[in-house]
Amino acid sequence: MDFTWKIGGAQGEGIDSAGEIFALTLHRMGYYIYAYRHFMSLIKGGHTNYKVRVSSKQFRHRGDKLDMLVAFDQRSIDENLHELKNGGAVLYNAGAFEPKFPGDVDVVPIGVPMQQIAKDHGSIVMTNMAAMGASAALVGLEPDAFDAFIAERYGKHGAEVVEANRKVVRAGYEAASQVTTWRATLPEIPEENKRKKRVFMHGNDAIALGAVVAGCRVVAAYPITPATDILYSLLKLLPKYGGVVLQAEDEMAACQMAVGCNYAGVRAMTSTSGPGFSLMTETLGLAGVSETPVVIVDVQRAGPSTGMPTKTEQGDAFQAIFSSHGEIQRIVLAPATVEDCFYDIQRAFNLADKYQCPVIVLTDLALGLSKQSVDVDDIDFERISIDRGELLTEEQVKEIAANGGYKRYAITESGISPRALPGQEGGVHIAISYEHTEEGHEDETPFHRVSQTEKRIRKMSTFDPEEFGVRLSGDRKPELLLIGWGSTIGQIDEVRQALAAEGRSVAHLHLSVLYPFPTRAVREAIESAGSVLVVENNAFGQLQQLIQLHVGHYDHMHSCRKFSGEPFNVSEILSRANEVLAESKSVKEVG
Amino acid sequence: MSTVTVKDYRANAQASTWCPGCGDFAVVAAMQRALVNLGLKPHQVVAVTGIGCSGKFNYYLGANAFNSMHGRSLPVAQAIKIANRDLVVIAAGGDGDGYGIGVGHFIHACRRNVDITYVVMDNHIYGLTTGQTSPTSRKGFKTKTTPYGAAEHPIRPLPLALASGCGFVAQGFSGDVKHLQSLFEAAIQHKGFALVNVLSPCVTFNKEQTYDWWRENLVNLDEREDYDPADRSAAYKVVNELNSLVTGIIYREERSDYQDELPNYDPQPLIYQDLSRPIQDRDELLAAFM
Repeated sequence: MDFTWKIGGAQGEGIDSAGEIFALTLHRMGYYIYAYRHFMSLIKGGHTNYKVRVSSKQFRHRGDKLDMLVAFDQRSIDENLHELKNGGAVLYNAGAFEPKFPGDVDVVPIGVPMQQIAKDHGSIVMTNMAAMGASAALVGLEPDAFDAFIAERYGKHGAEVVEANRKVVRAGYEAASQVTTWRATLPEIPEENKRKKRVFMHGNDAIALGAVVAGCRVVAAYPITPATDILYSLLKLLPKYGGVVLQAEDEMAACQMAVGCNYAGVRAMTSTSGPGFSLMTETLGLAGVSETPVVIVDVQRAGPSTGMPTKTEQGDAFQAIFSSHGEIQRIVLAPATVEDCFYDIQRAFNLADKYQCPVIVLTDLALGLSKQSVDVDDIDFERISIDRGELLTEEQVKEIAANGGYKRYAITESGISPRALPGQEGGVHIAISYEHTEEGHEDETPFHRVSQTEKRIRKMSTFDPEEFGVRLSGDRKPELLLIGWGSTIGQIDEVRQALAAEGRSVAHLHLSVLYPFPTRAVREAIESAGSVLVVENNAFGQLQQLIQLHVGHYDHMHSCRKFSGEPFNVSEILSRANEVLAESKSVKEVG
Repeated sequence: MSTVTVKDYRANAQASTWCPGCGDFAVVAAMQRALVNLGLKPHQVVAVTGIGCSGKFNYYLGANAFNSMHGRSLPVAQAIKIANRDLVVIAAGGDGDGYGIGVGHFIHACRRNVDITYVVMDNHIYGLTTGQTSPTSRKGFKTKTTPYGAAEHPIRPLPLALASGCGFVAQGFSGDVKHLQSLFEAAIQHKGFALVNVLSPCVTFNKEQTYDWWRENLVNLDEREDYDPADRSAAYKVVNELNSLVTGIIYREERSDYQDELPNYDPQPLIYQDLSRPIQDRDELLAAFM
């Protein structure tokens, strides 16, 4: 049982603030919230909206439909009416425009002169607050429901501003109460929800928080949508621990700086999106051959090139896995949930130190920027402990120095060469981008090339991708296996449950690690399934191609791809799944 | 405390592959003497390079070394200093590395003012790739890639550094190792980003800017009693009037460095921070998201 609300208008009209106040208020009341921001790459004008899904239990996506739309302008109606349920309400800014609806739609238009109310109280800047008041009346909240947040958000502007906003909320509330009898029904709040401690955060917040817990003390990055929020969160967190958020001159510098800090022994990362990641690829090779740990977060957006900076996509899997000239070892993680973001970034730092290689954490705009209610119990600070891998202590270095000398790239059975840090006496060494000898001396002879390459390959042999994010749910021998990766987990899970409720035999395999590829788990799941449907937010089917590369060509593998810039709706995957099920049935009948 | 000698550096250094007579030998020798004179041991120093003949500077220096990619010595060097401010960090490169592919990093390093020393071995030519025009080659300079003479005006490192907010701007010459050593010592002791542009002849590919040519044309500002390196206008003026054909400390300004400006930045190097603190602060950290 859920309720969905959306507020839309031009960018610069306070749509995001209104949406966030609405979402956070209901979150604190005990609801689970999933908030989705639709925005454009501009500052004023255009169309922006903020959708809030309100539920008694946790959902991992924004929901297909809409119960109530708050429209500041006609464009907000035009762009969002298709989502509205039959009998849903459109609360519009009466007086500012005359709403037009197609003749055949079943909507309840509710006109409240929100802009006029704001103007009467001093400024049309508060139009969004009139909308909040009217929304409160229509969803059955008290007129003072938002008071606390208004104080939190506008308190810095003075008591007068707070009071004016509160008055506008109340005036909006009164006006809406009088003009209509339409009322939304919010779900019941289970008693246990009220007892639970929960946070309201998005994937970018969770990455930042996880990084700090992992001991990351420097982040060097260049601003880019949709990754910049990671910097904002870290700016609140890092200085507390003496850490540094450094805005680099470009992404090449940002990634090189992260490498430099890690070389000197301080955990550091960079965060970016696709275009920035492209600029970092030369540094991937450097980290790979110099065996320097580095963590790179790519919050994917719709590419290529500038693409659609404010829209979501899972288009960087290939870039994350294959980019860099030459051949290097790396690990690519793809968290599926906010909780995963918190844990996977910590795992990323441990893996980078352990294997002395780049670790890429691939999220996307939908996961990175959608704030959600998450149980505090699922944000466990002690689940993953810091493991610096084979990092030598001052004493160990001295001992090695006394017994033949330290070699940075010593050939070892595990392939991992223990790391000394600059500043340790006896550990003086060269970390190098050229191919090299065990001592780190530039060298192009076949012996060193082969032995060092083999060493770098060998060190990854203990990495088990199945340990790091393969989820399998549903039937063991399903007629349909749904496979996804990253942020689509919520929708795919809902499709699996819907089909299961109809009596179909379905399973869902979800990958949170893309490289090294979890070949065994994927093969086993595919071989035990009737048909396979690979679901991904891109046009080329990157996961599907990876499966074909690692597992083999499967003629019963189908795809469900969306590359419009929007996250999946459940209905889109469901109808594709039904097609596949019908197709495989007809094949069986014919056969 | 045991004393340090040049031998301690040479013990870690590799055999050189530079051409006999290369100006860069003097740069390494002057740097080793400067470090020794300042009492710095090899393990306390990190030298960061990019790629090019100059990129081998740190193989021959004998301190800790990080060899990055072409043009990328400065981002790595700044980061190392931020991670561990106890280390003495020297970035080194050539004119192609620093003023060509890496010039963006150079300008931003000047204004960021992290406490590192940047040595550019400026030979006005691409040596390791066997003789192409460089960003500091003069207009009309003939090379393999500019058979009819370079069409572009050269980058002028000294005014560029001054205009970018560099707090220590010096120029040395490979033909005067003693003077070079004194410039390196001053640069290392300077708090903040320090540039030492070293006119370092390429004996194989640049037959124009030779040792003799430099000797004839350079003016040593350190020998001029009336020159005040604290005067920014005077620095611009002399560099402009003498067409950058100067050596010595051209400009020096005492100011806070990048790390001084950071909020709550601990004087103790980041590397020694207690990483378990966020776990103790769990409730407070989570409260910010409730």
